[in-house]
Amino acid sequence: MTKLSFYGIDAIHLKESEAILPGRLIVIEGTDSVGRSTQLNRLRPWLESSGYAVVDTEMTRSVLAGPGLKKAKEGHTLGPITLNLFYATDFVDRFENQIIPALRAGFVVLTDRYIFSLIARAVVRGADPQWIRSIYGLALKPDAIFYLKISIHDLIPRVLQRGGFDYWESGMDMRLGPDLFESFVNYQTRLLKQFDDMSEEYGFQIIDASLPIEYVTEQLKEGIFPLLPQG
Amino acid sequence: METYGLHRYPGRLFIVEGVDGSGKSTQIALLRQWLISEGYPVFFSEWNSSPLVKQTTSKGKKKQLLTPTTFSLIHATDFADRTEHDIIPPLKAGAIVLADRYIYTAFARDVARNVDRHWVRELYQFAVKPTVAFYYRVPLEVSLNRILGGRTELKYYEAGMDLGLSNDPLESFKLFQQRIVDEYEAMVGEFGLTVMDATLPIPDQQRRMREIIKPYLRGVRRVRSSAQESAWAGLAREMRPSQVEVSEARGREQ
Repeated sequence: MTKLSFYGIDAIHLKESEAILPGRLIVIEGTDSVGRSTQLNRLRPWLESSGYAVVDTEMTRSVLAGPGLKKAKEGHTLGPITLNLFYATDFVDRFENQIIPALRAGFVVLTDRYIFSLIARAVVRGADPQWIRSIYGLALKPDAIFYLKISIHDLIPRVLQRGGFDYWESGMDMRLGPDLFESFVNYQTRLLKQFDDMSEEYGFQIIDASLPIEYVTEQLKEGIFPLLPQG
Repeated sequence: METYGLHRYPGRLFIVEGVDGSGKSTQIALLRQWLISEGYPVFFSEWNSSPLVKQTTSKGKKKQLLTPTTFSLIHATDFADRTEHDIIPPLKAGAIVLADRYIYTAFARDVARNVDRHWVRELYQFAVKPTVAFYYRVPLEVSLNRILGGRTELKYYEAGMDLGLSNDPLESFKLFQQRIVDEYEAMVGEFGLTVMDATLPIPDQQRRMREIIKPYLRGVRRVRSSAQESAWAGLAREMRPSQVEVSEARGREQ
């Protein structure tokens, strides 16, 4: 059962309504290209074959704000505060309409990123750390947060393998270097610093993502198994 | 990111607040004309008008996808876009920015929808504190008569139907508006809003508004005639909107 415990406020009055969340909320966090979706794709069949109903959710997939956010990112007028709040709208729409109902229905919710990536990105873009934390204060504390940790040195070959550097993943909206590569290094270094700083604050379970894929999956399974009902 | 009350810009920001039917839009339009004719560089921004966010908001409203929290967030996103594009740059450049509705609209409506009072104030921390924030105070019966006089249909969120206060849209609207008024009244002291008597004749209200802002105009650089021309042209464009723009402007007020 996921406890009705929030980082800040209970915005949708779950306590008042004495909601019960028999599901589990499991978060996989980590920077771009660290291998989050690869791991989720390996965990899902494992959980399902063990008889657990799984729902997964990821950023920019909300019905309300997903399409508008993607479109806004294609243009050249999206400012950093607007970007942060667009992401917050997307998150809260998924939180209220996907995550909470699934937890109520007893699903294992595997989420590809949660509020932590959003906080890291916002702070790197100059947002006030207290401001962004207070907005995401309405988020439920997950049953577990697995942080796939990697160094910038080990991250670069993965990005190359995947086909190169992406505009947003390189923080090119801030132009942190003369080209994609240098901006990527500077941007990701700053992001990783934010993640590391959050590790203790939010109780991340750190997993070394530079290890082979199979090994990372095993570690995740070991972490998740005791959390499962009758696990 | 600078937070509320800490921005230091050479420009001036004057905003109007009040319920629908308080006459605030008329007053700020008159103020705008006067400031332009006095030669000041004037920029105007209205609630819920960001081109980046508009589609998402109208989809949310049309399909009734919005909860009180996402209603609050999408309006904050819209406001952030206008702050970053239409409000901060002209203020930095020393211009006068006028806004029809500001963060206090969000505080009143969102809290009327049971959004946490403190949370929504934190959400708008990035907003620039206005030089003067006018609140057009009007008895509820007067504003209701003004808006309901010429129309038959109230929209879902506009009437606060999402709150489940009443199944009758008109009744729901009245209850919702009362909550909004209560929130505005509580904010007068909290944010130092300048209260205006919206039952006075229009010219009297306007005279008083100009008297109040005059001292704040000292030191604002006036523009030469070409810039004045373009400000007039902008105003004229908005005064003669096409049909499409008219219907959009209507949608905006909710």
